[in-house]
Amino acid sequence: MQSKLGLDEKKIVHAKGLATRIADDVQQFVDQYTTVAVERTLCRLMGIDGIDANQVPLPNVVVDKLKEEGVLSEGVLYYLANAMVATGLNPQQIAEQVAEGQLDITRLAPASKAQIDAVLEPVINASLERIRSRRHRREQYLNTIGEGPRPYLYVIVATGNIYEDVIQAQAAARQGADIIAVIRTTGQSLLDYVPYGATTEGFGGTYATQENFRIMRKALDEVGEEVGRYIRLCNYCSGLCMPEIAIMGAFEGLDVMLNDALYGILFRDINMQRTLIDQYFSRIINGFAGVIINTGEDNYLTTADAIEAAHTVLASDLINEQLALAAGLPEEQMGLGHAFEMDPMQENGFLMELAQAQMIREIFPNAPLKYMPPTKFMTGNIFRGHIQDALFNMVGIWTHQGIQLLGMPTEAIHTPFMSDRFLSIENAKYIFNNMKSIGDEMEFKEGGIVRTRAKEVLDKAIALLEVMVDEGLFTSLEKGIFGDVKRPKNGGKGLDGVTHKGANYINPFINLMKGRK
Amino acid sequence: MSGGLYSTAVKDFDKTLDLTKVKPYGDTMNDGKVQLSFTLPVPEGPEAIEAAKKLMVSMGFDNPMVVFSKELTPGFTFFNCYGSTKHTVDYSNIYVPKVESTTMDMHECDEYIREHIGRKLVVVGASTGTDAHTVGIDAIMNMKGFAGHYGLERYEMIEAYNMGSQVPNEEFIAKGVEVGADALIVSQTVTQKDIHIKNLTELVELMEAEGLRDKMLLICGGARITHELAKELGYDAGFGMNTYADDVASFIAEQIAKRKG
Repeated sequence: MQSKLGLDEKKIVHAKGLATRIADDVQQFVDQYTTVAVERTLCRLMGIDGIDANQVPLPNVVVDKLKEEGVLSEGVLYYLANAMVATGLNPQQIAEQVAEGQLDITRLAPASKAQIDAVLEPVINASLERIRSRRHRREQYLNTIGEGPRPYLYVIVATGNIYEDVIQAQAAARQGADIIAVIRTTGQSLLDYVPYGATTEGFGGTYATQENFRIMRKALDEVGEEVGRYIRLCNYCSGLCMPEIAIMGAFEGLDVMLNDALYGILFRDINMQRTLIDQYFSRIINGFAGVIINTGEDNYLTTADAIEAAHTVLASDLINEQLALAAGLPEEQMGLGHAFEMDPMQENGFLMELAQAQMIREIFPNAPLKYMPPTKFMTGNIFRGHIQDALFNMVGIWTHQGIQLLGMPTEAIHTPFMSDRFLSIENAKYIFNNMKSIGDEMEFKEGGIVRTRAKEVLDKAIALLEVMVDEGLFTSLEKGIFGDVKRPKNGGKGLDGVTHKGANYINPFINLMKGRK
Repeated sequence: MSGGLYSTAVKDFDKTLDLTKVKPYGDTMNDGKVQLSFTLPVPEGPEAIEAAKKLMVSMGFDNPMVVFSKELTPGFTFFNCYGSTKHTVDYSNIYVPKVESTTMDMHECDEYIREHIGRKLVVVGASTGTDAHTVGIDAIMNMKGFAGHYGLERYEMIEAYNMGSQVPNEEFIAKGVEVGADALIVSQTVTQKDIHIKNLTELVELMEAEGLRDKMLLICGGARITHELAKELGYDAGFGMNTYADDVASFIAEQIAKRKG
């Protein structure tokens, strides 16, 4: 593809090479470790679900037991397989007995490697088949009722009550939304477990639970059939339960997951080692399940300045891309994030936003980019806000973004009313139709504002990546390279859930799922 | 809509401004014009429009007009409306508690602290509880500030600690004690189901329980915070929309100077 911005192809290749080196360095670390979240995910892949008498999810019960006994490093699959061989019970029955204190899976005679492989194989195959059938179901829908054109219209629901969310989501789909994201309740990212069952109470959002996923998936399938368009469901693989949420989404047919390698570190103060290990397995699962991941670079611009820090967004997108590739996630599933966040009073701000959006498009030609609307300079003046969102929509259609996260005129006031969503969808549909081919018609003047800006941002991103290659990602994050946020390598939440893999450790899912369908 | 567009209705009301009986202003004094929009959980149609108009009459509007309606999804209809309110308000007799300090810019404030206090003021800020939003506390604390107002970190005479978001109240207080804070400033962005009230109340109670409440200024801020609410909850001040780091810094400086003197 000929660059409309006159970007130097060699520079892009160089930038990607730098990001690869940074990601490889991280991957060498990640490969040696596991976490409580990864192990709980393996429990779920073995079919363990439900809660004990104290509402503690059974995957937590089993994994906490290994942690207490100081044997987490050997991994949960090893002990579950031993117990299956020794007792003849299935994993769910074993977990229930552990919960009731009837079985200590750490004190059974070790089974042979061959016995372990044999007993795990049918359970593993059943899990993989469960995920595949969900993926086929989506593909079946896309082949029959089809989908909306890109950019997909992405809106959020956030009532706190899953049943009220269903009403809001179905209304949005009828109005034209293509993706419904159920915002999580504030604070869920810091829970080291996933709550169980349908929920009707939340703050600023709704708990992500497997049952809530199921309820919303069913509602969107219904409305999708009604409007003749597949409606995608989005949730959040972030926080302390990244891979667990990924597997629940894979089981229940979610289509899009926020799944950033760095977001939790920067904006939730989750320990960086924990998040980088967790993101790897969660992305393997998302890749296998055909889920589009979204990354959260847009957030950098809510804490740092959108003009000064634009290159950090690009640098982070490049790193997120390489970490995702390392987890076998194809480019076509990478909703790399960026945002329209400049001060609306900025002279020629529109041109700079246009330059950056086109630049990201050209650097990641196969990715369904996630483009975020203005939030930082939304003031409560809903009338001006609606115009800011209109300018954002113009850039979205012009530069062929993949996922347009629609701004709401009432941003900064409340979670969206049904009517706010209607106005936003109407805004986007009007502009996407009325300006449909503008990107194919317009060229950018040589030496003009747009080309100059794009070149400048790419050059600054390369300079930043060159520094990061020398320092490594961990040290760079400690120095506050993204979003002006500094995080210590051994600080933050969740570090005590990280452990080095031991001699008996097994996780066959990595090879079975990575880069496969 | 034709009735409203170029209305020839006689405007036979008193068109002089009376501050004891103020009405909304559209294009003529005392015309009482209000625009509003809302959704009713009913299907669209003439009955829906009539329902919207009747509701507006109950709200105290004369000449209710529904200028746009649209069924958002079966059973929910959205309206854009205009009307003239019957109600008036006595503007001459209104009292709103305000933060009483003169707002100085950064340099004036630094100078004031040098002159009246003679040492650096220590300020700790955080978005507390489960609130994950840093936008408010960053706007006040960050070097760069917000909308042209430098944050407290840039003040020469302020030592600022920004703890970020999701900081438990206990940790917040402990940090304040550790660094010998003159003021604690807490930001609350998420206000659904009044979670911010619970959280702000808990902070005050913890400080009182530990005998620290008189030792530090306690200030809260956020888009839904008013000074009145802050005082009610036991804070020294509250800063809402359209207030910036200079407002907060000036207040802290003047209060500490006052306590000293």
